[in-house]
Amino acid sequence: MTDHIVVLGGGTGGTVLANDLADHLGPEIDDGSVEVTLLNDDPDHVYKPVWLYVPFGQREPADGRRPLDELVDDRVDVRIDRVTDVDTDAKRLSAREAVDPIEYDYLVLATGSTLEPDRVPGLAEGAHDYYSEAGAETLREELLSFTEGHLVLSVVGTPHMCPAAPLEFVFMADDWFRERGLREDVDITYTYPIQRVHGNPHIAEWAQPIMEERDIEVETFFNAESVDPEAETITSMEGTELDYDLLVGIPPHSGVDLVADAGLGDDGWVDVDRHTLEAEAAEDVYAIGDTADTGVPNAGSVAHYQAGVVGQRLASEVRGRPATATYDGKTLCFVETGMDAASFVEFDYETPPSPAPPSEKLHWSKLAYNESYWLTARGLL
Amino acid sequence: MTAPDIKPDETVDARGAACPGPLMDLIGKIRSVDSGAVVALYSDNDQSHTDVPEWAEEAGNDLLAVEERDDHSVFYVEKA
Ligand SMILES: Cc1cc2nc3c(=O)[nH]c(=O)nc-3n(C[C@H](O)[C@H](O)[C@H](O)COP(=O)(O)OP(=O)(O)OC[C@H]3O[C@@H](n4cnc5c(N)ncnc54)[C@H](O)[C@@H]3O)c2cc1C
Repeated sequence: MTDHIVVLGGGTGGTVLANDLADHLGPEIDDGSVEVTLLNDDPDHVYKPVWLYVPFGQREPADGRRPLDELVDDRVDVRIDRVTDVDTDAKRLSAREAVDPIEYDYLVLATGSTLEPDRVPGLAEGAHDYYSEAGAETLREELLSFTEGHLVLSVVGTPHMCPAAPLEFVFMADDWFRERGLREDVDITYTYPIQRVHGNPHIAEWAQPIMEERDIEVETFFNAESVDPEAETITSMEGTELDYDLLVGIPPHSGVDLVADAGLGDDGWVDVDRHTLEAEAAEDVYAIGDTADTGVPNAGSVAHYQAGVVGQRLASEVRGRPATATYDGKTLCFVETGMDAASFVEFDYETPPSPAPPSEKLHWSKLAYNESYWLTARGLL
Repeated sequence: MTAPDIKPDETVDARGAACPGPLMDLIGKIRSVDSGAVVALYSDNDQSHTDVPEWAEEAGNDLLAVEERDDHSVFYVEKA
């Protein structure tokens, strides 16, 4: 009998996991007792952290793309298709191009986040973003020609990918305009939904004084209700209206519909045991990365660590041994504080973050981490 | 404490959500409901006792009642 492991989503979590499984279960795959399939709707693997640098002209979107079949071990069957439905009782998936349903013994959902700017009227038309490839390219055009006026960055939806990225963007913009002698003519405002500048109180406490020092205006308790692209205003549920000349919005996020349709969790996020990463509503289903509702940030580092845990658990399960690996909430994040300085945080379920003093060395570490990402995806790091 | 006589239109169970989870979850739900609707937020995070009233006031929504249960609190918020 062959155990069929299906990994749905070939982003950070899914790709690291597929390579991890090929590595751990090589002999079983070779003798036919295990088969691993990786399903993704794009022939390319996309590395999103590159997009932060695109608006500043420092990276190209192509730097964040590589063909998936170059990154994934040959022992994994890579299928390019969009999965439309998951039936966890019958243990099978339907996909757009597949004539027959895809049967699984174990399923791992690694479907990431989906942007939903349309949830806020006017946001899609009025705001730019760097949370999508196309968005980052358009924002680059705007930013490169922006020499004076009011730049507003509004965090509209949470949870969103990489909770540090909005702070990074305003820190980088501040530095970038200063270096070019334009900062006097550019006002920068950062808005956040709750009463501090970041969801995590320790990171908020660290970031707030830096924002004051750098003259970055802050509007807290600001939940965008609508954007008027004609009048160039953004209005919050709390009744504050801001005029902008350039609006950067972090759009609301959700998971994918098939998760909710399969009864695995609300808004496309899978309800999981936050240590074993097993889905609460179905047997033999795991979730990793953004789609796993563990309460930790939606970050590539999280997806990477979780892939390692689920890889070990699945290897144990197909070998009939008890699965013992668990996820402890480990999150690692480099936070750019300018164009050539960064901080670093590391935390888990028990230990809160304590941001490191910003330095040039940490900035280069972040760039090196991004470059070496292609080795991470291959399972080599 | 006895349960208040309020029938919520929507419930958000944010028990176990780390800070600032519960408030963010409440804001997300308030976004999607009509004016006048009542949302009940379940939270076991102490911070919610300051966060939720502060935000409700800021946003002009009404915090109708807070019910203490054994291991969590229920915040009833009416959208303005
Ligand atoms: C601007 C920006 C900067 C960031 N910076 C950092 C950073 O510095 N550090 C960090 O750790 N994280 C960072 N992140 C976050 C990080 O990119 C994500 O958290 C990470 O990619 C999540 O991995 P994942 O595997 O869960 O999802 P993804 O990498 O998003 O992959 C999901 C995959 O599933 C596929 N898929 C979805 N639905 C289907 C379907 N139905 N059928 C087939 N395929 C499907 C998608 O096409 C995609 O390939 C950043 C994100 C952004 C946007």
